[in-house]
Amino acid sequence: MAGKKKSKEEPRIGVYICDCGVNIAGIVNNPELTRYASKLKGVVLAKEYKFMCAEPGQRMIKDDIKEHNLTRVVVAACSPNMHEETFRNACKEGGLNPYLFEIANIREHCSWVHMREKARATEKAKDLVRMAVAKARLLEPQDKIRVKVKDRALVIGGGIAGIQAALDLADQGFKVILVERSPSIGGKMAQIDKTFPTMDCSSCILTPKMVQVERHPNIELLTYAEVKEVDGYIGNFKVKIEKRPRYVTPDCTACDLCTQACPIEVPSEFNLGLGARKAIYVPFPQAVPLIYTIDDESCIGCGMCKNVCEPEAIDYDMETEIIERDVGTIIVATGYKIFDAERKEEYGYGRLSNVVNALEFERLSSASGPTGGKVVRPSDGKTPLRLGFVQCVGSRDEKVGNLYCSRVCCMYAIKNARIYKEKHPEADVYIFYMDIRAFGKGYEEFYKTAQEEYGIHFIRGRPSEVLENEDKNIIVKVEDTLLGQALEIELDLLVLSVGMEPPRGAEEIQNLLRISRGSDGFYLEAHPKLRAVDTLTEGVYLAGTCQGPKDIPDSVTQGSAAASKAAIPMSKGEVEIEPLTAVVDRGECIGCRICERVCMFNAISIVDRKAHLNEALCTGCGVCAAACPTSAIQIRHFKDTQIFAMIEAALKED
Amino acid sequence: MGDARFEPKIIGFLCNWCAYAGADLAGTSRIQYPPNLRVIRVMCSGRVDPSFILKAFAEGADGVFVGGCHPGQCHYVAGNESAERRIKTLYRLLEDLGIEKERLLLKWISAAEGQLFAETIREFTEKIKKLGPSPLKVALEEVKP
Repeated sequence: MAGKKKSKEEPRIGVYICDCGVNIAGIVNNPELTRYASKLKGVVLAKEYKFMCAEPGQRMIKDDIKEHNLTRVVVAACSPNMHEETFRNACKEGGLNPYLFEIANIREHCSWVHMREKARATEKAKDLVRMAVAKARLLEPQDKIRVKVKDRALVIGGGIAGIQAALDLADQGFKVILVERSPSIGGKMAQIDKTFPTMDCSSCILTPKMVQVERHPNIELLTYAEVKEVDGYIGNFKVKIEKRPRYVTPDCTACDLCTQACPIEVPSEFNLGLGARKAIYVPFPQAVPLIYTIDDESCIGCGMCKNVCEPEAIDYDMETEIIERDVGTIIVATGYKIFDAERKEEYGYGRLSNVVNALEFERLSSASGPTGGKVVRPSDGKTPLRLGFVQCVGSRDEKVGNLYCSRVCCMYAIKNARIYKEKHPEADVYIFYMDIRAFGKGYEEFYKTAQEEYGIHFIRGRPSEVLENEDKNIIVKVEDTLLGQALEIELDLLVLSVGMEPPRGAEEIQNLLRISRGSDGFYLEAHPKLRAVDTLTEGVYLAGTCQGPKDIPDSVTQGSAAASKAAIPMSKGEVEIEPLTAVVDRGECIGCRICERVCMFNAISIVDRKAHLNEALCTGCGVCAAACPTSAIQIRHFKDTQIFAMIEAALKED
Repeated sequence: MGDARFEPKIIGFLCNWCAYAGADLAGTSRIQYPPNLRVIRVMCSGRVDPSFILKAFAEGADGVFVGGCHPGQCHYVAGNESAERRIKTLYRLLEDLGIEKERLLLKWISAAEGQLFAETIREFTEKIKKLGPSPLKVALEEVKP
């Protein structure tokens, strides 16, 4: 067995017990644990310190490695997900191979979950340290693998966060492929009338950015397209994108003759069904790219559009295209969908004609909307003079399973109420709320002005029932919880301030990229504080509302943040990845081909009747090792012998 | 079973990406569960060789828990499915050995399910307490010199 002739010298292990302030030492008896650790087999020293991750703690490890000739280091502290890298670096700086290090997780897995059982927590901590020491005795040095990183990024989603990320990367000189599912980029921001608290016209600040994307020489824009396959790893992702046929070529000059000729009318998605569009259409006049699309579900193939199209841009034979690209990094910016208000039956949405959701209100209020900016009642087209907004529809609501605050509804409702009062000072405007959350820059001031100068009625209470009278007016039953008074308020129009939910297709993207979602359904960042745009999949980053509800400034900021994170490996040109791959012992291999069959990454082939591993393809999952009948395949750092040693140590004292 | 004060020893093999992270979340959320579990981290539940589980029982474990990612969400495509297939096969073998199959639990726990992790360990510990010490452990104790 080649490579097994290492020195049989007994390892010299240093064990470091971290107090983590009181986080660990407040529960686990650390002095006792330290004494215990010092007596374990192979341990030459055991020390306790307040904060091992702090500089003095790390220095202690470095100095001890040199002074005491330590050949292994064990730190009993927090989760390896927190500080494994920190301590590996300390070992490296002390001259020890960083893989000769092991963590015993006595915080997340012990002191924090056994806070009322101090004695048993201490016993468990002893076991965990004993297990880590047992593994440490058998650890072997490893060298990191360096891989090249392609200087090209994929951005999934063309809303404001994806646009910002794409532009930032492209401006830095990286090639960007921006993939958008719908016919135009722009996302939800394109549908919004004005933005709070500055009252900018939303599309006026958005559309120049959309045009920038289209014109940028470093951006390849793929609209009406979806990512279907992702293979590979950081630096070398292979992506397959399915581009649906629009049946209109880029020769389209957007003259609009085709839509005038088209006989088919269907509800406009962009206007949430409040207006109509033709079967050949652009979603909105400032769409990017400004190329028409034939929606093949409603097109009857009459040929009218083709007859009038002067540049001959219409091509009924266009087919779905599969586009393959190699990229180094991926940014996910897939946005959100609004909460479906029909799920809150008591508010009557979908049943009562004069109850609309907030995005519909935005379209009614927008000058480019179906009514030219004139807000009207759906039932009779009259201008409402009594208007109400119900807050927290689908947010902070256990009944619908959304415990979170959607962060934008308070502000957009106040904004819409103010806009409406500006247009109709005589109108009575009510906001029914639980709490007003005006936390951003300039938000509280915006709220205060709405209360004091606009005369908007803020009523603290969640409506219990919404009814309709014979005039199709809306009756809201609500308890004003500040006055302790039951109210019945008659309104002309009721707007439901719907919250955010993860978009359709969130699960497909999750599975493609192997990223996680939180209990709220939004994508999970690698660390809630310190790695807010990273995911646990190296080379994949998050931007915008796909990670959780946020407003436009936060989405833009996160777009930039994700871009600069993605730029790090791309500008370095290479990254170090974990060397924890499989390794084949050819002497033990019987060439049974089981590993070849179970490997999901085609990393194993049979060469000269023995398993042969392609390290670049191996992810180190260990499925082959678990399947190998002769234990000829092992996973570096997770070898059978190392795991057996941990099992024995867990169940037996030394 | 006889001894109400019996505290089982449970070995847990947790995949790095989902179940281990879920256990971390239980910690950061301070969700309490009984201190009977000893965790061994593996990169994927698919790494869990049936021999690890048998070894744990042979060394005297009263229960073994394997935690992986939900189907379709495995960091390595489908390592969790391999784990499931192996464990299903292993149940029969355990029964042959006289070990109740309730002593081996496979469960999918995501990185976001700290609460579920804690509940799972709480329930599993209770179940093993009711079953009493592993019959294999008892048998091995008896043949000890």
